[in-house]
Amino acid sequence: MSRIAGVFAGLKASGHAALIPFVEAFDPDRATSLVLLHGMAENGADIIEIGMPFTDPMADGPTIQAAGRRGLLAGACLEGVLGLVSEFRSTNDRTPLVLMGYLNPILSYGVEKFCADAAKAGVDGLIVVDLPTEEADLLLPDAAKNEIDVIRLIAPTTSDERLPLVLAGSSGFVYYVSITGITGTRTASASDLARDIPRIRAATDLPIAVGFGVRTPAQAAVVAQYADAAIVASALIETLCRENVAAVLRDVKALSVGICGARQVAA
Amino acid sequence: MDDVIVNSLRNGPDGRGRFGEFGGRYVAETLMPLILELEAAYEAAKADPSFQAELDYYLKHYVGRPSALWFAERLTQHLGGAKIYFKREELNHTGAHKINNCIGQILLARRMGKTRIIAETGAGQHGVATATVCALFGLPCTIYMGAVDVERQKPNVFRMKLLGAEVVPVSSGAATLKDAMNDAMRDWVANVQDTFYIIGTVAGPHPYPAMVRDFQCIIGEEAKAQLFEAEGRLPDVAIAAVGGGSNAMGLFHPFLDEPSVKLIGVEAAGHGLDTDQHAASLNRGRPGVLHGNRTYLLQDDDGQIIEAHSISAGLDYPGIGPEHSWLFDIGRAEYVGITDAEALAAFQLCTRTEGIIPALESAHAIAHIVKIAGGMDKDKIILLNLSGRGDKDIPSVAKYLGADL
Repeated sequence: MSRIAGVFAGLKASGHAALIPFVEAFDPDRATSLVLLHGMAENGADIIEIGMPFTDPMADGPTIQAAGRRGLLAGACLEGVLGLVSEFRSTNDRTPLVLMGYLNPILSYGVEKFCADAAKAGVDGLIVVDLPTEEADLLLPDAAKNEIDVIRLIAPTTSDERLPLVLAGSSGFVYYVSITGITGTRTASASDLARDIPRIRAATDLPIAVGFGVRTPAQAAVVAQYADAAIVASALIETLCRENVAAVLRDVKALSVGICGARQVAA
Repeated sequence: MDDVIVNSLRNGPDGRGRFGEFGGRYVAETLMPLILELEAAYEAAKADPSFQAELDYYLKHYVGRPSALWFAERLTQHLGGAKIYFKREELNHTGAHKINNCIGQILLARRMGKTRIIAETGAGQHGVATATVCALFGLPCTIYMGAVDVERQKPNVFRMKLLGAEVVPVSSGAATLKDAMNDAMRDWVANVQDTFYIIGTVAGPHPYPAMVRDFQCIIGEEAKAQLFEAEGRLPDVAIAAVGGGSNAMGLFHPFLDEPSVKLIGVEAAGHGLDTDQHAASLNRGRPGVLHGNRTYLLQDDDGQIIEAHSISAGLDYPGIGPEHSWLFDIGRAEYVGITDAEALAAFQLCTRTEGIIPALESAHAIAHIVKIAGGMDKDKIILLNLSGRGDKDIPSVAKYLGADL
C-alpha cells in the first residue's frame, strides 16, 4: 500500500479526516522549509503538500505568488525541491509528500527523469495545476511507472458528465478546488460542501481533499464533516510572513485539533 | 476557394487544438469546462451565416473595412529595390488591427449570454479595442495592464478610461504583458459564470489561437485581393512584426498555401539577440508551456519564464502564438530579429517618406524591409502589414530621442 493510501486507510479506521498543510519550497529559504516539514509532521500533519515555485503561478492568489517569488529568489529549482524531499525522507519515512506546481519546470527537467528522480527522493504524489485531463497523457505513464500518484483537481465547474473523464487515471486522492477562484481568497460554506462533495463521492472511491480558502480550525472542521482531508496553504504562509516557524506549527496543531473534533456526516 | 485541400497548411489545429506539437489546452480544471464551452460556441457561430453577416456589418460600417492597400512609392524609391505595399490596418477604427478580433469575440460573447468582459493588454491597443467594443455594446469591461506599460502607454490608458473601462495595473513579475495575462486568467477563474475573456493575440489555450487567427485573416484575404487588383499577382514577401503574433498570422495565413510567397515574421531583438534584453522567443527561446499553450518561450535552464524586453510594449512578451512556433519549426515562415535602435530609425524613416507614423511594433517590420528591399529586384513585391499607428508611441519615442514634450 502506498504511503498516501496507508494514511487514509488508518484515518478511516479511526473516523477522522486528514490535515494537509502546505509549504512553499525555499520560502524564504531552504532551511526554513526543512524545519517546517519536520515540525508539521510532528504537529498533526497527516500529509504535506510542497509547492514548487514557478514564475507564473496562474491559479494562485497574491499570498502563494509572493511565496513562490521568495522561493525563487532563495534559489528554488526542481532539483533543489527534490533534494529537500530527500533530506526530509532520511529521517521521516512515514509522512506522505505531495508536490504541487506547474507544468513548464517539469517539462524543462524532462518528465521521465523528473518522475524517476521524484520517486527516488521519496515523493508520493504530484499535482500539476495546468495539466488538465485532456493533456494528462504527458505525465500519467511515467508517474505510474514510478508509482507516484497523480492527484487531479476537480472544480465546481466540473460537471457530473465530466467527472469520470477527470477521475480516469487519478490516484491517491482527489483535490476538490472548493471555490471558483484563485488560492487564498474565498471560502466555501458548509452548504456548498454538503452539495458538492456527495456528487464527487458518487463518482469515485478515492478520498476527497478540499482546498482553496480553508484557513481556520473551524473551517477545517467543517471540511472534515464532509470530506476526507482539508488542505491549508495561504493562511499558513501568511502566519510565516507575519510571525515565525513556531507560530506556523502552533496553527498546524490548532487545525489538527479542529479536524479531530469533527465528526463526519454520514454520506 | 475555402474547400479543404489535402496537405494544406491551413487545416490546423487538430482536434486537440494542436499545430504539430504546439498549442493545446494547458489550463486548470476550473477553466477547462469554460474552454470547451467556448470552443463549442465558436464552432456553432462559425457555421451560422447570421453570425458572419453580423460580423461583416460591424467590420464594414464600424471598423471601416476594407482597409486600404497603399503603394509606398517614396519608401520604395528611397530603398531602391522591391516595390513596397502597406496593408493599412492602422486606418481601422481605434488605430490598429486589434479591433478585427475584438468585434468577432464580443459578438460571440453576446451569443453566449456573457455580461462582463475582461482582457489583457500590452501596448494598450488591444485594451483600447476591447474597451471600444464594450462601450459599443454597453458591457462592463476590466482591462489588465502591466504597471510598467501603464506608465509608458499613458495616452492609451486614458483612452480606455474615457471609454468606460476599468484599467487594473498589474505589478507582479516584470509588470508587463505576461503578468497582465496571468491576472486576467485569475480574474476569469474567479468569475466563470458571467465573464468572457477576450484574448488579444493568437496565443492562450485552444480555441483562442485558431479563433483569433480566423478573425484576423481578413487582413491577408483583403490584401491578397487588393494586390491582385493592383499588380495582378501575389507578393514575393509578406512581412509583419510578431509579439504574440496576431497581426502576422492574419497576414500570413491566407498565403500559407502559396509557396512562392516568402513569409517573414519580425521579432523584437531589443538591445540585440545576443544580449539578455530582447523578446525573440523563436530565435532565442525553446518550447515550453505558458498561458495555456505549448509554444516557444523565453525561459531559463530550470523552466522559469524570463522577462522579455522591447522598446515596443506590444512585442514585450516571452512567448508567441503556437501556430507561429509550428510555422517556424517546419520552415514555412522565417523569423528575424530587429533591435530597438533599428525600429526607432525605421519609425522615423516611414514617417518622413510616407507621412505615416507607424506603431513601434510595425516599425520593426519596416526596419527589416530596410535591410532587404534594396537587395531585391525592382519587379519584386513586399507586402507589409502596417498593423497600427504610432500616436500612442509619441511620448516614449520622444523620450528615446531626447525630445522634451
